Amino acid sequence: MSVANTDHAHKPRPKREKHYYEDWIGKIYTSICVVFLIVVIISIVFFVASKGLTTFVKDGVSPLEFFTSGNWNPTGDEPAYGALPFIVGSFTVTILAALIASPLALCAALFMTEIVPGKGKRILQPAIELLSGIPSVVYGFVGLTVIVPLIRSIFGGTGVGILAGCLVLSVMILPTITSIMADAITSLPGGLRESSYALGATRWQTITGVVIPTVLPALLTGVVLGMARAFGEALAVQMVIGNAPHVPHSLLESASTLTSVITLSMGNTASGSVHNNALWSMALVLLLMTFIFVLLVRLLERRNRV
Amino acid sequence: MKPKTVDRIATGVIVTFALAIVAILVGLLGFIIFRGIGHISWDFLTSKPQNLRAGGGIGPQLFNSIYLLILTLIITIPLGWGAGIYMAEYAKPGRITNMIRLVVEVLSSFPSIVIGLFGLLVLVNTFGFGFSLLSGALALAVFNLPLMVRTTEQAFRSVPKAQKEAGLALGLSKWKIITSILLPVALPAMITGTILAAGRIFGEAAALMFTAGMSSPPLDFTNWNPFSERSPLNPMRPAETLAVHIWKVNSEQLKPDAAEIAAGASAVLVIMVLLFNLFARWFGRFVYRRMTAAKRMD
Repeated sequence: MSVANTDHAHKPRPKREKHYYEDWIGKIYTSICVVFLIVVIISIVFFVASKGLTTFVKDGVSPLEFFTSGNWNPTGDEPAYGALPFIVGSFTVTILAALIASPLALCAALFMTEIVPGKGKRILQPAIELLSGIPSVVYGFVGLTVIVPLIRSIFGGTGVGILAGCLVLSVMILPTITSIMADAITSLPGGLRESSYALGATRWQTITGVVIPTVLPALLTGVVLGMARAFGEALAVQMVIGNAPHVPHSLLESASTLTSVITLSMGNTASGSVHNNALWSMALVLLLMTFIFVLLVRLLERRNRV
Repeated sequence: MKPKTVDRIATGVIVTFALAIVAILVGLLGFIIFRGIGHISWDFLTSKPQNLRAGGGIGPQLFNSIYLLILTLIITIPLGWGAGIYMAEYAKPGRITNMIRLVVEVLSSFPSIVIGLFGLLVLVNTFGFGFSLLSGALALAVFNLPLMVRTTEQAFRSVPKAQKEAGLALGLSKWKIITSILLPVALPAMITGTILAAGRIFGEAAALMFTAGMSSPPLDFTNWNPFSERSPLNPMRPAETLAVHIWKVNSEQLKPDAAEIAAGASAVLVIMVLLFNLFARWFGRFVYRRMTAAKRMD
């Protein structure tokens, strides 16, 4: 920079520099916040993956045994690390919960948007928001004190098991699915609906013939996000599912999920032991499933735009 | 069947299911509150829990939950609002922005137990924070940040373009426009989002079991020196929160009156979350009136 400038040439300078200085502060500050997010996610993936892979790389547990054997006995004389019961348990409760919750959520969404748009929204919207605000341990507590005794008195047995787990989960994921479905249906251009009515179609014909087919990918997005929530939910499921380490053969049988076994055993195993590392491998499976769910949502969103 | 009959039946079914959801909610809330309300008393809210005998309250747990929430907000507000502003104002459409968006999306879908385990591995063991309020607050921050980023970004995007253009026309710097024109307009929505997120972290348990711990040391509520071992304010002490306490009481069942304690604590938790929801709405409207000349928020 040249110093030989006269005074009047200097005058506009300070103002401009303050301008730049302010902009830099803003840019650097907000960028640091974003970089922090990226660092966090990379470290989560790195640490969980490195711990989770130790089981297979260092401890010599074969991945084939881990994913396909139903024999989980890490404390026995001949320890066995088959995680299949937990993987099966997780998928079973997730899919059943989605099967129960999705039709209910679709009805709620249609009620809010197609049947009684103004009033329906005013009744259901707060209900949905409140449902999503109830903490998961409270769902677990209600499941334990209402659903489990109910199942016990109807079907006999202990009452804890897959059925109790998926009932609790289905109420938990209901708000997620409903709000996404309702948003999707609301965003539908009004002209489509009106032209269907103009052709003389009934409301139900409009819903099944025009509304649902048009927003189907977005509706499925809601279901996938609900499933993602159900798959990762830990405490509520752990409280009602019974936590038995075997592949269940009926809905009333006690079972385990990946999350429930991690919750129960992580605190009782020594860090670095094979048992502990196997739990980390399950956490890695949870992590990978999250990526798969996000990928599915992305694919569905791309379909939606076309 | 005639289309009109089908239509009528379908409508009936949809209305029934929708009302069933409202009934589920009313039943749930009614059950939780009426089951627990008889057990709530001043003594229950302030006294220490008993381990094996009947009786005892949730005093330390309630304090821990609130204190942990405040610590978490101190960490997340500057980071979450900053990243949200970046996404709304600085991010240019392109590959990097898409990647950041993916990061936020993935981060918000991570199961909370995985975040708890990450906290156990990195904060508790590697960094040596131990089972402490600080570890818990940092884990909850990870859990809370994506939500915060998203609400902030939405709040900034919903500010009318003309406001920003007016600022540009005045020759203001971008940061000046953000802080003195856009922020006041976006703030009510940001605060509402933050309080709603606070309600969520208040009830979170899975991420805390492995970071803030499942026990509370004996606390001396007359000692307010944050560096003292027995002070409630010490951020390096383990802290069992209300939600973790409910889980523990339910799954251990050592106390004879475990069901009663769980019912009372659940009712307290749900009432607190409801209050957060109501407060978020009221406060958002209040700030909006204060910050702008408008009389009402649409």
